[in-house]
Amino acid sequence: MRKIVMPGDLIAKNPRAAGYGTYVEKGKVYAKFLGLLDKTDTSVRVIPLKGRYIPSSGDVVIGIVREVTANGWIVDVYSPYQAFLPVLEYPENAMRNKKVNELLDIGDAIIGKVLSIDPKMKVTLTMKDKVCKPVRVGRIVAINPARVPRVIGKKGSMIKMLKSELGIQIVVGQNGLIWINGDRRKVSIAEEAIYIIEEEAHTEGLTDRITEFIKKKKGELENAET
Amino acid sequence: MQKPKLIVDGKRLDGRGFEELRPIKIEAGVLKRADGSCYLEMGKNKIIAAVYGPREVHPRHLQDPSKAVIRYRYNMAPFSVEERKKPGPDRRSVEISKVSREALEPVIMKELFPRSGIDVFVEVLQADAGTRTACLNAASVALIDAGVAMRGMVTSVAVAKVEGNIVLDPMKEEDNYGDADVPIAFLIRNDRIESIALLQMDGRLTLEEMKKAMELAKKGAMQIYRLQREAIMKKYMKEETEEPEEENEQ
Repeated sequence: MRKIVMPGDLIAKNPRAAGYGTYVEKGKVYAKFLGLLDKTDTSVRVIPLKGRYIPSSGDVVIGIVREVTANGWIVDVYSPYQAFLPVLEYPENAMRNKKVNELLDIGDAIIGKVLSIDPKMKVTLTMKDKVCKPVRVGRIVAINPARVPRVIGKKGSMIKMLKSELGIQIVVGQNGLIWINGDRRKVSIAEEAIYIIEEEAHTEGLTDRITEFIKKKKGELENAET
Repeated sequence: MQKPKLIVDGKRLDGRGFEELRPIKIEAGVLKRADGSCYLEMGKNKIIAAVYGPREVHPRHLQDPSKAVIRYRYNMAPFSVEERKKPGPDRRSVEISKVSREALEPVIMKELFPRSGIDVFVEVLQADAGTRTACLNAASVALIDAGVAMRGMVTSVAVAKVEGNIVLDPMKEEDNYGDADVPIAFLIRNDRIESIALLQMDGRLTLEEMKKAMELAKKGAMQIYRLQREAIMKKYMKEETEEPEEENEQ
């Protein structure tokens, strides 16, 4: 079991070990926010338990278009900062001389990637990536962004299991928004499973328990059909 | 109204000794829609605190491109005192909001969230002296519960001079009829008092009395600090049993 640390807790005396979620003052390493302590001989970091999503470049995110401008879209990525998606970052092959608001309009959801974030926290998105696309079908589920790594699982184990067991498409945004698409009843099972993962994010053998849960639900579905 | 006798046989009106706190109850994470929240009872004080953010700041001109802005709203419910209080901010609550915000500002790592804002709302549901200290304690727990990056914890307690004695954590009668009331807030890091985040004084103390008051406040603050930690631990202990698996890309 990992120790819960609070802001200001002394967690190491070697400033070179300081990792994510820590700060160094007078050669000592302190925790920066509430989280779980992950300490090895060479490094120490704090895994957050809560908190808002802060964009970092390369993250896959799901966002909602909030405003259309002449040269791009302002996208809400559920973080303290709004993101900007320039028209030039929209996949070219899909443009076909359409106007900006014909490509994406207010309220449309997209899967994008964070291209860059500058020190002033101006976030730029891109859609020139194979996972990126406008979302026109399916369902979006929102969870606490600190729980996203659990939904993905060890080397993607959890997400792979969900996809293969249910035969649906899932894209997990680092900002805590998850897009699910496929058979409606199966999507509902996946949604329920994701909420369970969020709730029990730090319990043992979660992947196995979720597998069991999905098998049970799938069984119920098949029984109802016959 | 005639001034009542506040200290009888070395005991205070509610039977406490001079260096004793009122009973304290703290619960973290009581509001579902807030990012962080806390309910706190300190004697007859009842406080609820909510933290939202970091989030976008509106109106836009308040944004600071180099750091987050902190907004702190201290408010007393109309029913929190014996005589109905006119709702809305007044001179007193605006001042308390300001000094409390200034106590929290150096503790929060504002520079990590440029252009954003962190909103702290504290509501006094029932008041019984020392509400600003109780509010700061509640706000501090709510901030940690929200996962906001901070340098440590803010813990606050008041000291008063009553009939020539320095007493810890005054209640209403002692505040109303006492000679001095000194609310103090500390920044506590790693079980150690690092600095003073807030100090006000209503009335007068001699240097000797002030020194004694500080000693008392430090002792009291450490007790409250442990309760604040306990409250947060309690909320997360039940969720926390096993070490999380290593995070990975899809």
